[in-house]
Amino acid sequence: MARVVVDVMLKSEILDPQGKAVQGAFGRLGFDGIASVRQGKRFEIELDGEATPEAIAEIERAAATLLANPVIEDFTVHVEAGV
Amino acid sequence: MRVGVVTFPGSLDDRDAARAVRVAGGEAVSLWHGDADLHGVDAVVLPGGFSYGDYLRCGAIARFAPVMEPLVDAARGGLPVLGICNGFQVLCESHLLPGALIRNDHRKFVCRDQPLRVESTATAWTSGYAAGQEIVIPLKNGEGGYVADERTLDELEGEGRVVVRYAGDNPNGSYRDIAGVTNARGNVVGLMPHPEHAVEALTGPTTDGLGFFTSVLEGLVRS
Repeated sequence: MARVVVDVMLKSEILDPQGKAVQGAFGRLGFDGIASVRQGKRFEIELDGEATPEAIAEIERAAATLLANPVIEDFTVHVEAGV
Repeated sequence: MRVGVVTFPGSLDDRDAARAVRVAGGEAVSLWHGDADLHGVDAVVLPGGFSYGDYLRCGAIARFAPVMEPLVDAARGGLPVLGICNGFQVLCESHLLPGALIRNDHRKFVCRDQPLRVESTATAWTSGYAAGQEIVIPLKNGEGGYVADERTLDELEGEGRVVVRYAGDNPNGSYRDIAGVTNARGNVVGLMPHPEHAVEALTGPTTDGLGFFTSVLEGLVRS
């Protein structure tokens, strides 16, 4: 068993209204020193077997097909240690 | 002329879209998301709503519904397809149309009668309008901000593929006030506002939306 994590973020040039809303709430709550907030998505994927290069390549294909929209989002894939 | 209207889990406006087809003089055919068959229809409408609860991204899961497989092939082959609101999002996720729709820049749901300018009449769905014509139809969305990179936007403008543009205030932060776009061939059109809600004086602010449905029916008769 292995856990693969896919992080999806809006591309930097795409406006992130949710991040802006969070940033606004930080300001109202008195949390200082926060220049900006951007919100993304984290997917934790449990594999049946080990995180072989083939298995990771398959997850990368799945991420590009479904989890992220490459028009507006970037994604990264990493294997979580110690699961 | 038979116009299919797809129902996904969470579609809201499929009944109104079917009614608009009938008011325009066509036969509306219900298509089911789980049925990978277009049943020989002459055109297809992807209606508004919240398919699959807008989970993941608006339209991202609907894009892989069984009905989409023959639909994407047929659209590439020239079948007229209109995506309204959530249907527009599905068409962008399917890469039948460029760009994407993101959350409104002001972060609020917007619901209002929206003035639009018809920029292109060279599509299957807008041939019955006059270029530059102003129309008013309902707009209702939370994630209607049209975005694309500069190169794509320039290409759309240069090729006359911006179909409708918001007139007056931009209601959702869409780049270059874009409310709807088409593919290179002009058979696939997506827009955020709802022409199917403006086909009868009793229930719509105008009947300005009817032209989308009469345009495609007249085009089908001619061909």
